[in-house]
Amino acid sequence: MPRTVRDVVFVDGVRTPFGKAGPKGIYHETRADDLVVKCIRELVRRNPNLPVERIDEVAVAATTQIGDQGLTIGRTAALLSGLPKSVPGYAIDRMCAGALTAVTTTAGGIAFGAYDVVVAGGVEHMGRHPMGEGVDPNPRFVSEKLVDESALFMGMTAENLHDRFPHLTKERCDAYAVRSQEKAAKAYANGDIQPDLVPISIRNTNPEVGETGWGLATVDEPMRPGTTMESLAGLKTPFRPHGNITAGNSAGLNDGATASLLAAEDVAEELGLPVKMRLVSYAFAGVEPEVMGIGPVPATEKALAKAGLTIDDIQAFEINEAFAVQVLSFLDHYGIADDDERVNPYGGAIAFGHPLASSGVRLMNQLARRFEQRPDVRYGLTTMCIGFGMGGTIVWENPHWSGAEKSSESEGGK
Amino acid sequence: MSTTTELLQHGAELFPGEVVTTAHVRHLDLPLQAGRLALITLDNGFDHTKPTTFGPGSLLKLSAALDQVEAEAAEGKIVGAAVTGKPFIFAVGADLKGVEILKEHADALAIGKGGHEVFKRIAALPVPSFAFYNGAAMGGGVEVGLHATYRTVSAGVPAFSLPEVFLGLVPGWGGCTLLPNLIGPSKAIKVIIENSMNQNKQLKGKDVFELGIADAIFEPADFLEQSLLWAAKVLKDDVVVEREEIDRGKAWDDAVAWGRLVADAKVHGAAPAAYKALDIIAQVKDSDLQAGFDAEDAALADLIMSGELRSGIYAFNLVQRRAKRPVGAPDKSLARPVTKVGVVGAGLMASQLALLFARRLEVPVVLTDIDQERVDKGVGYVHAEIDKLLGKGRIGPDKANRLKGLVSGSLDKAAAFGDADFVIEAVFEEMGVKQAVFADLENVVSPTCVLATNTSSLSVTEMASKLKHPERVVGFHFFNPVAILPLLEIVRGEQTDDASLATAFGVSKKLKKTSVLVKDAPAFVVNRILTRFMGEIQTIIDEGTPIATVEKGVEPLGLPMSPIVLLELVGPAIALHVSETLHGAFPERFAVSENLGKVVKAGKRGFYTWVDGKQVLDPEVLELLSFGDTVLTEEQVLTRALEAVAQEIGLMLEEGVVAEAQDIDLCMITGAGWPFHLGGITPYLDREGVSERVNGKRFLAPGVASVPA
Repeated sequence: MPRTVRDVVFVDGVRTPFGKAGPKGIYHETRADDLVVKCIRELVRRNPNLPVERIDEVAVAATTQIGDQGLTIGRTAALLSGLPKSVPGYAIDRMCAGALTAVTTTAGGIAFGAYDVVVAGGVEHMGRHPMGEGVDPNPRFVSEKLVDESALFMGMTAENLHDRFPHLTKERCDAYAVRSQEKAAKAYANGDIQPDLVPISIRNTNPEVGETGWGLATVDEPMRPGTTMESLAGLKTPFRPHGNITAGNSAGLNDGATASLLAAEDVAEELGLPVKMRLVSYAFAGVEPEVMGIGPVPATEKALAKAGLTIDDIQAFEINEAFAVQVLSFLDHYGIADDDERVNPYGGAIAFGHPLASSGVRLMNQLARRFEQRPDVRYGLTTMCIGFGMGGTIVWENPHWSGAEKSSESEGGK
Repeated sequence: MSTTTELLQHGAELFPGEVVTTAHVRHLDLPLQAGRLALITLDNGFDHTKPTTFGPGSLLKLSAALDQVEAEAAEGKIVGAAVTGKPFIFAVGADLKGVEILKEHADALAIGKGGHEVFKRIAALPVPSFAFYNGAAMGGGVEVGLHATYRTVSAGVPAFSLPEVFLGLVPGWGGCTLLPNLIGPSKAIKVIIENSMNQNKQLKGKDVFELGIADAIFEPADFLEQSLLWAAKVLKDDVVVEREEIDRGKAWDDAVAWGRLVADAKVHGAAPAAYKALDIIAQVKDSDLQAGFDAEDAALADLIMSGELRSGIYAFNLVQRRAKRPVGAPDKSLARPVTKVGVVGAGLMASQLALLFARRLEVPVVLTDIDQERVDKGVGYVHAEIDKLLGKGRIGPDKANRLKGLVSGSLDKAAAFGDADFVIEAVFEEMGVKQAVFADLENVVSPTCVLATNTSSLSVTEMASKLKHPERVVGFHFFNPVAILPLLEIVRGEQTDDASLATAFGVSKKLKKTSVLVKDAPAFVVNRILTRFMGEIQTIIDEGTPIATVEKGVEPLGLPMSPIVLLELVGPAIALHVSETLHGAFPERFAVSENLGKVVKAGKRGFYTWVDGKQVLDPEVLELLSFGDTVLTEEQVLTRALEAVAQEIGLMLEEGVVAEAQDIDLCMITGAGWPFHLGGITPYLDREGVSERVNGKRFLAPGVASVPA
């Protein structure tokens, strides 16, 4: 049967404030599933035009699908959110790119015609589920030297990246990290982040942590405004003696959740849903697992090629800051300056945190904010590196792009 | 404040066992940049299975929290304050253990005053205050929120009530005063009087909002977040709370008058709590809150020192605690699984049992009778009842199909009962018939199948005596209507073994019944006491006291219905039959009334008939009867009836019919609906000195269901 591919749009996205993992973190006594449920509910509340029974899928990513992140969390979260029982759901895992993959996979379904409207997001409670919980790597990885042992430890892969690109020094990484904190603080001051945060009630019963009882999380806990080169210089390098990777120039261990609403463009129009971004193309690519941080480069190459674009067409970048060195390796590849204003203008994961499988939608929220504020920008991308040697990139178009009226023929560019 | 603190410190010393609820103060930034809020979380440190309560120590903690919040409000550090609870629980009111131990009127007064003085500070804060009812809220838990400026409630709140009147108290930490001033007297009376006296009926979150107790309702998934957002909007004047105007004119008096009718219908003036609550509600029409609070203190103190309240708490503990752990029941590990149930007989009682077993055990239930017509009728009845449940939405279509599939009928006992684990008979109440049924059953059932009898008065031991395996016979005596009355008297025959008895208790638990272990004695507990009581009443009537005087005489007990109405409900024929059985066992104490015999013979349903919608003595019945010429006063009627009951209970305890007087009371409350304010009956007999007079001793030690010495 003849079939028309449909355009997919990013209608809206929200997230919890991100917390620090561990007994002192804001979400230490909060369940992971509750975090993502509250995001889904907020998404529905914010889009009253959407009849909830029109949601065709709820895709929720988590890296460690155990306990409160297990049990096919997309389905359980849908039920716990109060969505109609007729709305299905499933769980997704691509480690750090879980939410990003939830978006691309369901977007593919929308384009194909299987779905009209979907919820896609992710959650990671690294306090309740530390990285590597319950893993059982096949011994062949080591015995057959399929990968180096360092491939299993993200910090070590980042150190490996320094070996490959010696000119990306620790000083450049620290400087990048300082800027990320500065940009994040500025974004907060300008109110660029808060509109997409879902306040979360948080309980603390441990007087050693702070005030006990119920509280409310309204801001990202990991941020360290006022970070300086000096304060970063003395930090330990836990992955290698006298190494380069520190807690200051990488994202921390975090708890958080995100959710986004995607729709076929014609359905968004029919329902009167806002359009924040239009999906142009996406791609995933594999690299050597020992240097997983370089993954965004081949992924971006692929995505751009599919879109018929070049890197010069991209005026807005949201790149996940798992490690500063991994961001710099991407920028270095494309000849973009470390402090290029197109890159992560509101700060990144080094400041906000990186609860693995949830982060993809945070990147999209920030790119959508950029699109909203910069109608002169037509294309942007969200990209991230992924454990075991992968990268994923989505290219987006700005629906507010002001050039559209002027040169409608250039539409064919994508 | 120091006096309040001293009062509470003294209270805390009296009650060292209190599970203290901490009032945690935590600060947070409200959404919408509405400012900083101090949120107080009430939490006793346990999970939801141990709900948060208030005792003097807890009030001290809340007071200390309010010291801090008050200071912060005065300094402009916060824009509002709020109270909420730990997960699933807001707070369930005063710790009753702390009430039970009070011996002095002054200490009782201090409890009321202490609560008021602390809670009032919430209303007096210089910033708006909020209560977020996140979970179960009862009594003082509800009241702490009533002192706040605004309230939200979770749609998931399963239980919300002011149960004080149910127990024998008044809502005395502001409830009687604040609730009618918040939602009007008639809705307040519904909550404080009607629900409370209607077996402590609970409100759900939705009701709390619809009654106007809460200003906003939010779903449980993000209740606290939405409540805080709402609070932020209220503080920023984005949301303006509107409440219904209260009519302080005649409507107020009418509502109170209606409340008195409700109370009269339930306790006929016999228990003081409802009336005291109504007095306060009547008084606060002029909205003088402090005067209302003072009246609450006084009422609370008087009631705490009253026998009715002590009986109420005693009764509450019986049905909440003792009922869950039947005294004398064998270890539950001995119980055998019950995967199929047989019911012999397909009459009304048998059909009701079949329905109950199917619904609660969810195993196949087979009815048998002597012909196909009766079997079909019995199964038809059960299926029709299941359809009614479906029609009312109490069960879904799948469940209805399942239950109907479980209930079948058969004429072939061997096929029907061969693989049953529990067979109960509900055939005609005659020893020979029942023995024959059991003998017949023994040929077809497995060696371990429990044989149960629903007899109300026959000897279980005798019924089992002719069997090869008498050890598997138990008495399983239900009360009509079986779906409603919680009591199940489980009778151990002389030969009954522990495994069969444990199986019976296990089944009872699954049936959600309150089971009491009873010795195989004539008419067991409830019927024996009721028959002695009604027999004495009947004798008094037969001797010549007018029925009206008799009715009035027992009114002070506040029984759910008069003995004459009860006779009609039970049916004169059954009453006569039981009295004959007991007369056979104890001829000196149980008479068989000739008059009653005549009523039965004439086919009459009782002494009353209805004329023009009014209940009057049936002249045709009066015609039949003959009376003596001894006319007692109302007081004499009551005295004689109570002395008879006290004597009978004394003898039953001597015979070891049940383990303790507590079991007697539990039976009378759950099987006969005797009221909480009597504590069943023995606390009342002790209180009125009847036990001492008749038996030379109390049933219960001083301090049990009474003010400790």
